[in-house]
Amino acid sequence: MSVLLIAERGHKMSWEALAAAQQLASALGSEVKAVAIGAGVAEYADELAGAKVAEVLAVDHELLAAYTPDGFTLALAQLIEQEKPAVVLFPHTYQVRDYAPKLATKMGKAFLSDATAMRVEDGRPVFVRQLFQGKMNADVVAEGDGPVFASVQASAYRADAVEKGEAKAPVRAVAVTLDASEIRTKPLEPFQETKGGVDLTAAERIVSVGRGIQGPENLPVAEKLAAALGAEIAGSRPVIDNGWLPLERQVGSSGQVVTPKLYLALGISGAIQHVVGMKGAQTIVAINKDDSAPIFEIADYGIVGDLFEVAPALTEELGKG
Amino acid sequence: MNIFVCLKQTAARDSALRVAASGDWVDDADLSHEMNEPDAFALEEALRLKEEHGGEVVAVSAGPARAASTIREALAKGADRGILIEDDAFADSDPLVTARALAAAIAKEPHDLVLTGLQSDDAGFGQVGVILAELLGVPHATIIMQIVASDGGLKVKRELEAGWFQHVEMPLPALLAIQSGINKVRYATLMGIKKAKSKPMARLTPAELGVSLEPAQRILKLYAPQKSKQTVMLEGSPQEQAKQLVEKLRFEARVL
Ligand SMILES: Cc1cc2nc3c(=O)[nH]c(=O)nc-3n(C[C@H](O)[C@H](O)[C@H](O)COP(=O)(O)OP(=O)(O)OC[C@H]3O[C@@H](n4cnc5c(N)ncnc54)[C@H](O)[C@@H]3O)c2cc1C
Ligand SMILES: Nc1ncnc2c1ncn2[C@@H]1O[C@H](COP(=O)(O)O)[C@@H](O)[C@H]1O
Repeated sequence: MSVLLIAERGHKMSWEALAAAQQLASALGSEVKAVAIGAGVAEYADELAGAKVAEVLAVDHELLAAYTPDGFTLALAQLIEQEKPAVVLFPHTYQVRDYAPKLATKMGKAFLSDATAMRVEDGRPVFVRQLFQGKMNADVVAEGDGPVFASVQASAYRADAVEKGEAKAPVRAVAVTLDASEIRTKPLEPFQETKGGVDLTAAERIVSVGRGIQGPENLPVAEKLAAALGAEIAGSRPVIDNGWLPLERQVGSSGQVVTPKLYLALGISGAIQHVVGMKGAQTIVAINKDDSAPIFEIADYGIVGDLFEVAPALTEELGKG
Repeated sequence: MNIFVCLKQTAARDSALRVAASGDWVDDADLSHEMNEPDAFALEEALRLKEEHGGEVVAVSAGPARAASTIREALAKGADRGILIEDDAFADSDPLVTARALAAAIAKEPHDLVLTGLQSDDAGFGQVGVILAELLGVPHATIIMQIVASDGGLKVKRELEAGWFQHVEMPLPALLAIQSGINKVRYATLMGIKKAKSKPMARLTPAELGVSLEPAQRILKLYAPQKSKQTVMLEGSPQEQAKQLVEKLRFEARVL
């Protein structure tokens, strides 16, 4: 009974999830089979075959050329029926969260989403999930018979931890039957909103504001600090959603991924979708009034306090030269 | 258009959380509750679609008796009627159990469009909407930033990763999981709050709906996360904290 890893073509998180799959399989005394799904997946299947996996399963169908929840669910359900894996693991990408719950439900199973860690206890996999916006963790198990469906949170595992195989793993084509009439949604071409002039990825220092800033009238508090630091201004999603800062200044999984020397977070709680966009910063400073805010988990320097007192004090201190 | 919007009542955002004696959930007793914040965007979208296309907005929640206040809030903002599927088990039920109950209630009635939030602020599964679509047998799309409805179909704008978007077309009936920030949510007016008192709210039980509460996944243990990184916490007055931080950034981290 294998651990089936459903890889998403071209997505870095697939490699992170593959590393997780390898570790889980070894703890279960089992093996990993990687799945490449889409149309024209030969090249991607070959890439996956370089990792230490028992085999790569290629699910290739013209109706899978563009992702649809119906197409992917129907195809993978057939594959899972045939393979009868113990565990089906996914990277927790936007695509996966769009169809994996449907697939698991179709098979009458639970989906344990967005796991940050996993281990084996009494022969069964136990997954760690974050609850309450990262303020609590839970150990979670699936009830009943397998397969167990689970997904791996962004950056919970390292892509460079993927074990390479001694030789290329065999690639096996798995035929699935799909009919165009079964696919009810019609996806159009992906596009980017017109980009503004700011490239946050090039910024050396960033002052980023979260909902703690309360409103656009308070932005000068952050802007003065940014000026004193020679930093760009960025924001978390609610700040962008509310129109306090433009979309091109959003940091996180829906926005930009930044790696400045200094990232100073003002009134940001540290949700995973924000953290994936900034955790690569060399030095992270968090200023938050809540000492249990998850942002302190990843900060190098933390100040528990009111940003409306601390940020002006910082600006003043920097002005002293 | 008959629109159903699924609303979860969750612990208020700034709640101080304590693990309950049972060890698998938080102590509910000392918490205040509110509408799951992402769901307010789904409700707003439902109200706007009704204003544009006519029809009815039904607010549905599965929860303990307290969840009635979240339905009332939706009625005050303009929903026409509510359905509360009442059971204490829904405070911490898994997404399959929750979705089965919601599906049973919605399937009984004509539905053109079902809206959910993207994720609950407490359990954070990010699943109930997608499961509900599968159980109702309708197509779906998630992370929706815009909805254009025309006769018999929808064109929606779906958010992809890293600043990308995509339009998706689909027939009705359908389910959409709405992304936070899609719109600006309205406040309830005094008039709305008054009117809400006379709007109907049906109360159903899982037994009446014939749905099982048997969990498909289970929390073994809930606990505060352990810190993995050594964070230097700076103490003192704001001025003292600022002074220390600038020094650390200059001479320790060397990023200034
Ligand atoms: C699919 C999906 C994609 C997403 N993409 C992104 C993304 O790209 N980027 C992103 O940022 N988020 C994203 N999110 C949202 C994310 O989950 C969080 O909701 C969001 O990051 C929270 O923003 P915040 O920290 O500013 O707000 P909150 O979580 O509300 O935190 C505000 C913080 O400010 C603190 N605070 C309040 N007042 C003060 C004060 N006076 N002084 C100091 N501190 C104060 C509070 O203690 C709190 O910790 C996404 C979510 C989903 C589901
Ligand atoms: N108990 C519930 N009652 C009504 N709607 C719910 C309930 N739980 C979840 N939902 C809906 O499903 C969405 C996703 O929730 P979740 O899968 O828990 O993250 C929420 O934003 C709600 O719209």
